[in-house]
Amino acid sequence: MRPDDLLKPRPEGLYCPPGDFYIDPVRPVERALVTHGHADHARPGNQNVLATRQTLDIMAIRYGENFAASRQEAAIGERLTINGVTVSFHPAGHVLGSAQICVEKDGLRIVASGDYKPRPDPTCAAFEPVPCDVFITEATFALPVFRHPDDREEIGRLLKSVRQFPERSHLVGAYALGKAQRVIRLIRDAGYDETIYIHGALKTLCDYYESQGVALGPLAPATIDNGKKGDFAGAIVVGPPSAFADRWARRFPDPVSCFASGWMRVRQRAKQRGVELPIILSDHADWDELIDTITAISPSEVWVTHGREEALVRWCELNGIRARPLHLVGYEDEAE
Amino acid sequence: MKRFAELLDRLLLTPSRNGKLTLLVDHFTTVPDPERGLALAAITRDLSIASVKPAMLRALVEERIDPILFGYSYDYVGDLAETIALIWPTEASALDRRNDVPTLSEVVQTLDATSRAKAPAVMADWLDRLDASGRYALIKLATGGLRIGVSSRLAKQALADFGKVDVVEIEELWHGLKLPYLELFAWLEGHAPKPESLAAAPFRPVMLATAIEDGDLDKLDPADYAAEWKWDGIRVQATSERGVRRLYTRTGDDISGTFPDILEALNFEGAMDGELLVGHSPDLTAGKQGPVEIGTFGDLQQRLNRKAVTAKTMEAYPAFIRAYDLMQDGSEDLRAAPFRERRARLEAFVLGLDPTRFDISPLVEFTDWQQIVDFRTEPPHPIIEGLMLKRWDSPYVPGRPRGPWFKWKREPFTIDAVLMYAQRGHGKRSSFYSDYTFGVWKGDTPETGELVPVGKAYFGFTDDELKLIDKFVRDNTIDRYGPVRSVKATPEVGLVLEIAFEGLNRSARHKSGVAMRFPRISRLRWDKPAREADRLETLERMLD
Repeated sequence: MRPDDLLKPRPEGLYCPPGDFYIDPVRPVERALVTHGHADHARPGNQNVLATRQTLDIMAIRYGENFAASRQEAAIGERLTINGVTVSFHPAGHVLGSAQICVEKDGLRIVASGDYKPRPDPTCAAFEPVPCDVFITEATFALPVFRHPDDREEIGRLLKSVRQFPERSHLVGAYALGKAQRVIRLIRDAGYDETIYIHGALKTLCDYYESQGVALGPLAPATIDNGKKGDFAGAIVVGPPSAFADRWARRFPDPVSCFASGWMRVRQRAKQRGVELPIILSDHADWDELIDTITAISPSEVWVTHGREEALVRWCELNGIRARPLHLVGYEDEAE
Repeated sequence: MKRFAELLDRLLLTPSRNGKLTLLVDHFTTVPDPERGLALAAITRDLSIASVKPAMLRALVEERIDPILFGYSYDYVGDLAETIALIWPTEASALDRRNDVPTLSEVVQTLDATSRAKAPAVMADWLDRLDASGRYALIKLATGGLRIGVSSRLAKQALADFGKVDVVEIEELWHGLKLPYLELFAWLEGHAPKPESLAAAPFRPVMLATAIEDGDLDKLDPADYAAEWKWDGIRVQATSERGVRRLYTRTGDDISGTFPDILEALNFEGAMDGELLVGHSPDLTAGKQGPVEIGTFGDLQQRLNRKAVTAKTMEAYPAFIRAYDLMQDGSEDLRAAPFRERRARLEAFVLGLDPTRFDISPLVEFTDWQQIVDFRTEPPHPIIEGLMLKRWDSPYVPGRPRGPWFKWKREPFTIDAVLMYAQRGHGKRSSFYSDYTFGVWKGDTPETGELVPVGKAYFGFTDDELKLIDKFVRDNTIDRYGPVRSVKATPEVGLVLEIAFEGLNRSARHKSGVAMRFPRISRLRWDKPAREADRLETLERMLD
């Protein structure tokens, strides 16, 4: 069996002809295998969804219990058979519940990694490299200029700024699923015990993380009912990035706008968005992690999806690894 | 270097003045000598450093990384220094490397002492030891490309805040100080006396005027005041003492290098206050006060903000000083003397100078305030931006005391323009569309023509008006480009803004061919239909 016969790109998403299922379809299909709960990978309206329990929970939180006609839980590491194709889910280290999906038939094994990050993250299970013939990797940050610094340093700069500007509030833009909880957890790990204020859009997901054993410390809604404008002076407020350009943000005194994203590595990106304090923190692998992962797994072929495919394909060529871009459409850059 | 890099990163992205001051004061407080002094000099661009060529750095990086991957990255990032800083391959993680980071003084001293042949190896070694922020700071510093949006005035204000002294004291001292400002910091921290300003031709803090407000004139006696024109150039201080010649701006920035033609003509002992203008009149040689051929502010701009100036530019736009006041005459400090006496001394002083480089700002004769009102309405020369009133008995004191000197600007020009684009502001205004691009009609009628942008303004309105404009922008958005929204602007629907401005220049850079000086929003014309806004021809007529 050739790899193309086991998995191939279609407009709906990555399709497995013998198994008759899609991975992370962008349009509703009969049977979907979902890597993680971000909206561009997990969409409502499929007939059957197979995903980890946490991803299923997150989809239910975001889309309601009827997000699919039927659902099935994939336990991590468990081997399931779909129409003669063996599939198994392995931790991707991206957000809570995120998994790589390993697809296997007739001795050929392809791993669709979805979005992943190898570095430790206190809010989700650690990425696990899975040996395979074809490794499908994302390329969100696949340029050698993207090397994410140490999380602790980034959070340290945030906390330093909070001390420097006690009369201002710090608004931290962070994607509602995963990034927000990771930022909060890292702030706690740095020893900050004050109440952190959150935008309403974060509440259910933060509650869910708590229920899964990720302690986030004291959180309170960032609503005006909680007091007057001056009450947010010196406070840290976390919300989705889009909210900070919105009228919502006017309740805060002279806010310092912060944005937690891998894109903040490039100054011009920060400047364009009016970000005063960039926090370089990503849930995607950086350049070094992408190439280290490929080196460690050592697949005979690499398929590259969404992002800066050409640079990663170039690197693979230079290192004697067969590689090609997959040209899947419908997946977004991180929290833009 | 690490602290310096961090400061740089924060300053680059902090839009507010107060935010920048806090960052600078914190830096001076927490970073020891000589690092903080060198950082200060780098920020005020007083640090001259043997420069490294960007091409050399690019060659260094391409020895270490595939040029095609470098090319992809450079395309994406867009800035060479930043691309190199980010892409530079390093072994250890940032946390392990901390103690081995070069200091700013190591960088400055070593670069000065390094030959061109050895510079690549030295740079490579530092780049290996620094993290991405540090590498960026190093590359910007070494290639002379450090631009961080902090004026030297702001840096001096930060020093004043740090030492809790008046900024005037810093300005006075500034040009006598030596890198890395050890005496200055010791004084500001309170464990050494104030450094004496021993340098010749120091900057003398200037005296400024307050604006005339309604009813002010009624309370003043015309006999107490002299009046003169307020010329539309740049206010300067020209000093020459013991062979040292300097030309300062009113905030104490040394611009001698930009005006060698003026500097050459400073063959006197003393310090004068005046307006720098370009163009000159042969009539002045005869000592007459005839009509003077002065260039426009646009001509003056040809000479501003240039590090080096060509002979051709100097010939086409010769600079001269129109003198206002005399602070120092030979060894005599005149600042305590009344304006009447200083003025008499100034008239005699200027007579001895090159008449193609100096003339005196004439006094305006008047006996009652109505004459002043009339002069303001109809000034005799386009380059006059208003009137100055100075008490005959006023000493020359630094700062902006209220009473002795008044300025009364002419009424601004106004036009009615239509809002075209709105951009989100920064800081407090980050959730408001507060920066507006506006246009006027071009073509025969609004229906068949189009709006051409003629300027941008982001102040002049109240907070309540800002909320209303913001709502209009959000309700009438037709397109978005990042932080910018394109706003509906047709003959039928559009927000008319009355724009006030100080003058108009021709501009090849703007589609409309004109550029406004100091535009601001003077009124919101909710009542006025967009089709009735002004036309480009109206502006073009103002140019002539």
